[in-house]
Amino acid sequence: MKALEISGLKKTYDNGHVALNGVDLTVDKGDFFALLGPNGAGKSTTIGIISSLVNASEGAVKIHGHDLTTERNQCKLLIGLVPQEFNFNVFESPVNILVTQAGYYGIPGSVAEERAERYLKLLELWDKKDRPAREMSGGMKRRLMIARALVHQPAVLILDEPTAGVDIEIRRSMWTFLEDINKEGTTIILTTHYLEEAETLCRNVAIIDDGKIIEQGEVAELLSRSQYQSFVFDLKAPVDKAPALDGFKVTRCEGNRLDVEMPLGDSLNTLFELLGRQGIEVVSMRNKTNRLEEFFLRLVGDDENDSEEEAN
Amino acid sequence: MQSIAAINVVAFKTIVTKEIRRFMRIWVQTIVPPAVSALLYMMIFGTLIGSRVGEMDGHRYIDFIVPGIIMMAVITNSYSNSVSSFFGAKFQHHLEELLIAPVHNVVILAGFVAGGVCRGLIVGALVAAVSLFFTRLSVENPLTTVLVVVLTSTLFSIAGVINSVFAKGFDDISIIPNFVLTPLTYLGGIFYSVKLLPDFWQGLSYINPVLYMINGFRFGILGSSDISIGWSFVVILSFIVILASVALYLLNKGVGIKS
Ligand SMILES: Nc1ncnc2c1ncn2[C@@H]1O[C@H](COP(=O)(O)OP(=O)(O)OP(=O)(O)O)[C@@H](O)[C@H]1O
Ligand SMILES: [Mg+2]
Repeated sequence: MKALEISGLKKTYDNGHVALNGVDLTVDKGDFFALLGPNGAGKSTTIGIISSLVNASEGAVKIHGHDLTTERNQCKLLIGLVPQEFNFNVFESPVNILVTQAGYYGIPGSVAEERAERYLKLLELWDKKDRPAREMSGGMKRRLMIARALVHQPAVLILDEPTAGVDIEIRRSMWTFLEDINKEGTTIILTTHYLEEAETLCRNVAIIDDGKIIEQGEVAELLSRSQYQSFVFDLKAPVDKAPALDGFKVTRCEGNRLDVEMPLGDSLNTLFELLGRQGIEVVSMRNKTNRLEEFFLRLVGDDENDSEEEAN
Repeated sequence: MQSIAAINVVAFKTIVTKEIRRFMRIWVQTIVPPAVSALLYMMIFGTLIGSRVGEMDGHRYIDFIVPGIIMMAVITNSYSNSVSSFFGAKFQHHLEELLIAPVHNVVILAGFVAGGVCRGLIVGALVAAVSLFFTRLSVENPLTTVLVVVLTSTLFSIAGVINSVFAKGFDDISIIPNFVLTPLTYLGGIFYSVKLLPDFWQGLSYINPVLYMINGFRFGILGSSDISIGWSFVVILSFIVILASVALYLLNKGVGIKS
């Protein structure tokens, strides 16, 4: 039995926009799964349908073998949701937010309070427990939503961009936390725009674009299919134009910076040799993107590629 | 594992607790103002003007208007509690906390309505307490009084939920209270007996449902009113059934809350 099985899922919003156009997806129990895709690809819509916030137009969703339309309550009990946008009452305190959410799943007061304490402590929010949630920082609010999603101890935890706007230190501690609960048996499905995050955490990924899954598989296997890698070279002296190097695609970013794309597995020694022959001295180098990012960008097209370059 | 029914019992208690906590947290906005305006009504209409009005329907004028003033507070507060709470939950998206959980729509509706009823009753009791400065307020039929006030409060809490289901912005949650609810309440016989009105206006008044509630309540307290108590219950209960069905239909369809 799978944790999640989606078949032929379609969604057309009331304004006529087709957000999902036949999504098929399976996630194994215990998996750590990433759903990747550019802005507007349909990730949140898919998650909205799974978590009963959005009505599907067509298709079927099963959670642990339960059909979402005919056994909705069983499905709801199995899922914990961390949505993309903050959606708690900002005037309430974290403790009340968690105890209330627990109550909605039938967990009575005393147990709910223990759970609230446990998860607020785990997510390092215990010292804020009685203050109104609006006083918390963005990163704290994200963690509050993770704690809230866990109070009923769901079998499947779905996180829609849980680390957006979270600083690097806290992001790493969130990763460790998620890895821990995954080891304890919780299936995790997350979306993220940090591909490094997906590469570090996830075993399986699916890439969605324009409402369709365009690639799905094991992270390791997808990476082995990735055929190129690129580097950024900083040069000792500026060059006027990109040097022509046989077998490498070189572009000049700035006077003293080159972008080099090369087939995975080719020797870097050859590259340095060719550069040396043209009198170009490299003072430092780094990977332009991580490998999953490289793969992703090739798949979803050039638009994103451009914006990524600007971000670099 | 817990049954879905057992889960929903806990969920109902949770919603009600949350609702009460919400209006108690902002008691200066929710509980105090109706008591202040009731105090002013009783001072101005009851004591100052009332002494010149003399008797109304065989009662001192202040005694006549107190049930209506209590009822007005109950109606507006039940309504505005569920309208602002439900709309707030929609607007801030924390209604989603309920929508993702295995909570039945009947329980969601009942929870918000119970919250509105609690606020209506608390405010009503407070206004009744204020009225003790002006009158003795002896209650002729306690059971009728309690039933009418609870049912009326239920009715307007449901109406508040329906209003907020349709509301897209803050304007939409003040239009109905200002342009429908307030006129109906003022014209529902708080300050006068409809028997004083010319035939046409009297006839028109009988299609105002609020008239049946205020008079039902007045019957409970004073023992007499313009309308038979049986009719009051028929009207109130019918409206509750109709509005509750509409509200559930809207929630089941996800109107205004699901895309
Ligand atoms: N309520 C709505 N009504 C109409 N269109 C919508 C609605 N919600 C989303 N859309 C559209 O559906 C498409 C998919 O949106 P969705 O939020 O699922 O994307 P996403 O993959 O989560 O993107 P992001 O990475 O930006 O969060 C987008 O084109 C979006 O504009
Ligand atoms: Mg999204």
